[in-house]
Amino acid sequence: MSIPWNSAIVVGASSGIGEAIARRLAREGCRVALVARRGDQLGRLRDELNRSAGRDIAIVAEHDVRNRPEIPMLFQELTRQLDGLDLIIYAAGIMPKVAVDEYDSEKDAAMMEVNTIGAMAWLNEAAARFERVRRGTIVGISSIAGDRGRRGNPAYCTSKAALDTFLESLRNRLGRFGVRVVTIKPGFIDTEMTRGTPGLFWLISPDRAAELILAAARAGRTSAYIPGRWRFVGLVVRSIPSILFRRLSI
Amino acid sequence: MDPRTQHEQRSLLPSQNLERVEGWGMSSDAVSYVFRPSTLEGITEVFAMARRTGRSIGLRGAGRSYGDAALNSENIILDLTRFCRILEWNPESGVITVESGVTIRQLWEYILPDGWWPPVVPGTMFPTLGGCASMNIHGKNNFRVGPIGDHILEFDLLLPDGRIMRCSRQENSDLFHAAIGGFGMLGCFVRLTLRMKKVYSGLLDVTAINVRSLDAMIEVFERRMETADYLVGWIDPTAGGASTGRGVIHEANYLKPGDDPNPAQTLRLENQQLPDTILGILPKSILWRFMRPFLNNLGVRLVNNAKFHSSALIDRDGKSFRQSHAAFAFLLDYVPNWKRSYGSGGLIQYQSFIPEATAADAFREQLTLARRAGYPPYLAVFKRHRRDDFLMTHSVDGYSLALDFKITRANRRAIWDLAGKLDAIVLKAGGRFYLAKDSTLRPEVAREYLGDAAVAEFMRLKHLCDPDAILETNLSRRLFGAAATTLHGR
Repeated sequence: MSIPWNSAIVVGASSGIGEAIARRLAREGCRVALVARRGDQLGRLRDELNRSAGRDIAIVAEHDVRNRPEIPMLFQELTRQLDGLDLIIYAAGIMPKVAVDEYDSEKDAAMMEVNTIGAMAWLNEAAARFERVRRGTIVGISSIAGDRGRRGNPAYCTSKAALDTFLESLRNRLGRFGVRVVTIKPGFIDTEMTRGTPGLFWLISPDRAAELILAAARAGRTSAYIPGRWRFVGLVVRSIPSILFRRLSI
Repeated sequence: MDPRTQHEQRSLLPSQNLERVEGWGMSSDAVSYVFRPSTLEGITEVFAMARRTGRSIGLRGAGRSYGDAALNSENIILDLTRFCRILEWNPESGVITVESGVTIRQLWEYILPDGWWPPVVPGTMFPTLGGCASMNIHGKNNFRVGPIGDHILEFDLLLPDGRIMRCSRQENSDLFHAAIGGFGMLGCFVRLTLRMKKVYSGLLDVTAINVRSLDAMIEVFERRMETADYLVGWIDPTAGGASTGRGVIHEANYLKPGDDPNPAQTLRLENQQLPDTILGILPKSILWRFMRPFLNNLGVRLVNNAKFHSSALIDRDGKSFRQSHAAFAFLLDYVPNWKRSYGSGGLIQYQSFIPEATAADAFREQLTLARRAGYPPYLAVFKRHRRDDFLMTHSVDGYSLALDFKITRANRRAIWDLAGKLDAIVLKAGGRFYLAKDSTLRPEVAREYLGDAAVAEFMRLKHLCDPDAILETNLSRRLFGAAATTLHGR
């Protein structure tokens, strides 16, 4: 039987998968801290969640994950206001449009900052806490894009591959303390990030993705493709020899 | 207030002090920043840190309260177990002065060779005296000598602003009567002076008496309480019908001068130690593992039946024997970690105190209700009490029944619901509750048994001693609300 989550932090909660996860957690009665840059959207979401719950179930923190010095104190303050922490979900991520012949270090650095370094900064706080108290669940929203270095967006693939490895390392560190670390690799989700991107298929809603992500975390999975059919895609993509992969236009 | 605005004004607490802290019954826990100073200066620094970081402080001794009385989620726990020096001892007068982290064990081991014993001890020797005073603990002799507060001559109470208040029955009397039993809400005991009890032997005369019903048990208690020094009843909580409340009473009496031919020998510590093994072979430290298979309704029924019937054979003539003080007093320490036999969900103890006139009916109703609900207590202990003059007292001129319930994830809600029904019986019978044991009380029940006047007086003193509500625990927030509410900030 899985331990119920009473309190959670969702980083990147203002839209997309993060928002959907926050909604689901609040519906289940879990107190949730909503963290993101866009304060207006967070405030609206908090008010909606609190109204639906009939109590103060959500709190907000307007925060840019690139502002790392702010994180330790903010993390401590949120855990106090939540009266604990059972679960942290890092769902913040950016994927700016990158032309196939574009080499923009600023864009690349921003992706690394938000998708990887920010995740490390937040999840390190959670890891240190969970190790000390011998319980907790960490969920990192990575991507199937991290499975291979595709020609379309090198830095995005790199940022997610680095996140995968970081999460695996955390898992190997924390497993003996009873802490779960879950790597989530979504396929195509109908979010702001993917909207307008041509050639998407097997598209699912953020709410469906949130449902599957939370189920995977509850089940104690170490990693999960969302939805599950992407696992086979991932298997195939990872199995293609480099010499062939570089000839494919993916 | 936005958390970001708040954290900009505060300083960070050291994350290496973060710990998961449990109530003794293991059914409640909390994550807290734990500090263990060994000096008064260290304690004062923790209070200053609480102010700097905007956190509350929960005081904790040995952590022997069953529920959430020594928990303080996401805030500071001031653990006083290292603040444990014996400051003064006068073996002529029996007056001792200690720091609040001194345990009952330290105390009796220090004074017994001089022919003294603590006048009041709980069923375990591990609580600290600060914790004992905060909860105003009682022993198996409560009907005769009152709670531990009746034997505290004076104490120094450190307030959150750094002031130290000396309190006795003559000096700051209102604070004396409120801080004792005040569950750590008014200040931190830093120095306690108590008077010990003179004894003339390391042994007690003990008599076991088998009784076949609750009425019979009460009849024996009423008859013997005039002369007995200690009385405690074990009840078979699985027995129903006319046998409800059947059990075994143990009466113990101090030996008079001359009764013990060799007091110098029996007062030695080596004659007081509890054995480490069962039958000289099996280490007691692993015994809880063998108990675990029996900790279910059927197993407990069998064990209680066997215990009662074997006692009926052995104790029917009121057989007497001599037992050391430690062996008689500290029954809960016989099997180390026995609580682990309850499994990972732990246990709660539900203890209520009911006036003599209504006790029999009320306790019979409680036992029947629990049994019929399918959650029989696994242990039931019965004691006689008397009134005392402490503001937040749990005591009555009557009886208490302590019921241990196994907690699992599946039955937790049902046990809490059952506790609510048991509360109604207690309130109807004019009874009271004991916060050292509590896990389940609701605010309205606490307010009703304490009475509006007592709560108002306690809050007046709280405002005087701790106007910023630095001292809080999970229990205090559960029963009396919070100045520092979660989700809103302090």
